[in-house]
Amino acid sequence: MNKIRYIAILLLMLAGGLHPATATAAENGEVDVNHLVFGHIGDAYEWHIATLGDTELKIPLPVIVHSSTGWHVFSSSRLEEGAYEGLSVAAEGPYEGKIVEHAADGTEVRPLDISITKNVLGLMINSAVLLAILLGCTRWYRKHPASEQAPGGAVGMMEAIVMTIHEDVIKSCVGPDYRRYAPYLLTAFFFVLINNLMGLLPVFPGGANVTGNIAVTLVLALFTFFFTNVFGTKEYWKEILWPDVPVWLKCPVPMMPVIELFGIFTKPFALMIRLFANIMAGHAAILSLLAIIFITVKAGPAVNGSMTFVAVAFGIFMDALEVLVAFIQAYVFTMLSAVFIGMSRVKHEH
Amino acid sequence: MGLLTPDPGLLFWMVVVFGIVFFILAKFGFPIIIRSVEERKAYIDQSLQSARAANEQLEHVKAEGEQLLAQARAEQARILTEAAATRDRIVQEAQAKARAEGDRLMDELKKQLQTEKESAIRDIRRQVAVLSVGIAEKVLRRQLSDEKAQNELMDRLIDELVVTKEE
Repeated sequence: MNKIRYIAILLLMLAGGLHPATATAAENGEVDVNHLVFGHIGDAYEWHIATLGDTELKIPLPVIVHSSTGWHVFSSSRLEEGAYEGLSVAAEGPYEGKIVEHAADGTEVRPLDISITKNVLGLMINSAVLLAILLGCTRWYRKHPASEQAPGGAVGMMEAIVMTIHEDVIKSCVGPDYRRYAPYLLTAFFFVLINNLMGLLPVFPGGANVTGNIAVTLVLALFTFFFTNVFGTKEYWKEILWPDVPVWLKCPVPMMPVIELFGIFTKPFALMIRLFANIMAGHAAILSLLAIIFITVKAGPAVNGSMTFVAVAFGIFMDALEVLVAFIQAYVFTMLSAVFIGMSRVKHEH
Repeated sequence: MGLLTPDPGLLFWMVVVFGIVFFILAKFGFPIIIRSVEERKAYIDQSLQSARAANEQLEHVKAEGEQLLAQARAEQARILTEAAATRDRIVQEAQAKARAEGDRLMDELKKQLQTEKESAIRDIRRQVAVLSVGIAEKVLRRQLSDEKAQNELMDRLIDELVVTKEE
C-alpha cells in the first residue's frame, strides 16, 4: 500500500513537472505532444525542471565548444537571448536544438561540441551514484574480514545481485576464463541498471534519458565489441574466416566468411539498438500516456477527468513495467555480452 | 537531429565517464566483493570440513570410552569373582585348619584321658590292694586274736608257701 502511494506521488510529481511545460505550449490552444515527448527524450543544453508561473526553474549547464574561433566555455543561459560569441542553438534544420556556428556564407556549421548537456550531467550523476553505492559496499568488506561476518541489509542485497550476475550470467556464459571479463560485465550491468532506474525518477537528479540515447548504448556496445574481438581465440577467428561448411560456400566466393564477418558487427549493433529502443520507448510511452491528460483539457471536465484517471492508471502500470524493463534490459545486455565473449573464447572441442 | 544519430559530444563524455567508472569498479569495486564472497565460501567449506572431522573424532573418542568402560567392567567382574573365590578358599582353609586343630586337641584329650584313666585305675587298684590288705589285716587280726587260730593260719600259710615252692 505504501509503495503504491509512493508511486502515485512520483507520478503526480511527474505530471506536475510536465504541466507547466505543456501549459506554455497550450497557450495557443494546442498541446505540442511531439515537442513535449521528444524534448524529454532528446538532449538539451539546460536541465529543465519545472515552470512555476512565469519563472522557468531550470539548471543552466556549461557549454564547451571548439569552433573556428577556438575554444568557447560559457553557461548555456547566455544562449537564451540568441547568438553568443558567434554560436547559437539551431531552431530547425539538420542540427535542430544543437549549437551551430554561422559560417560566412550563411550555412550552419556544427562545431566540436563537448558541452556538459543534460544527458552528460545525468550520466555523471548516475555514475557518481553507482560509484557511491558500490564503493560503499566495498568499504564494508574492507572493514570486515571474510571469516567473521556476512553482510546484511543494503550491502547484503548488493552482494546478492553481484553474485547472481557473477555466478549465473558471467560464469555460465563466458566459460572457463570468466574472471578476466567479470569486472567489465558487472560494470556494464550496474551501469545500465542504475542509469535505467535513475531515468525513471521524474525530477532532477533523475529523469535524464541516458540509456535511451544511442550514443550511450553505442559506447557500451563498442566496449563489448572490443572485449569480444580483441581477446578472441584462434578457433573463433577460424570459425569466422574459414567456417566449417562445404568448400563451395567459401572458396571462390567467400560467402560464409562475409556473412560471419558481418555477424561480428551485427551482434553489438543489436545490443546497442535493443537497449536504446527499449528505454527510449519506455520513456516515450509514459510521457505520451500522461500527455493525454493535457490533450483532453479542451474536451471538457468530464472527458478530461475520466481520461486523467485512465492515463494515471496506465502511467502507474507503465512505470511499474519500466522498473521491470530497467532490470531486464541490464540483465539482457550483460547476458548477451557474456554470450558473445564466451563465443569468442571457444576452444577446439570437436 | 535524429534520435538515431549519436551525438559526438555525448559519445566523448560517455567514453570518458564509462571508462573512469569501469576503471574504478574493476580495480576497487567488484574484485573486492567477489574475493570476499569467495573467501567466505572457502572459510565456510573449511569450517564444515573441520566440524565433520571433529564430529568423527568425537565419535571415535566416544567409542573408545565405551570400550574402556566395558573393559573396566569386565575387569571389575573378574576381580570380584576372584575375591569371592579367595574368600571361599580362605574360609575353607580356616575351617579345615580348625577341624584339624579340633581333632588334634580331641586326640590329645583322649590320650590324656586314657592316661589319667589308667593312672586312676592303677590308683584304685593300689588303693583296693591297700584297702584289701588293711581289711585283710583287720580280718586276720580279728581271726588271729587267739593263739590257736594264729598257729593254724601260720601253718596253712606255710603250707601254701611250701606248696607254691614245690611247684
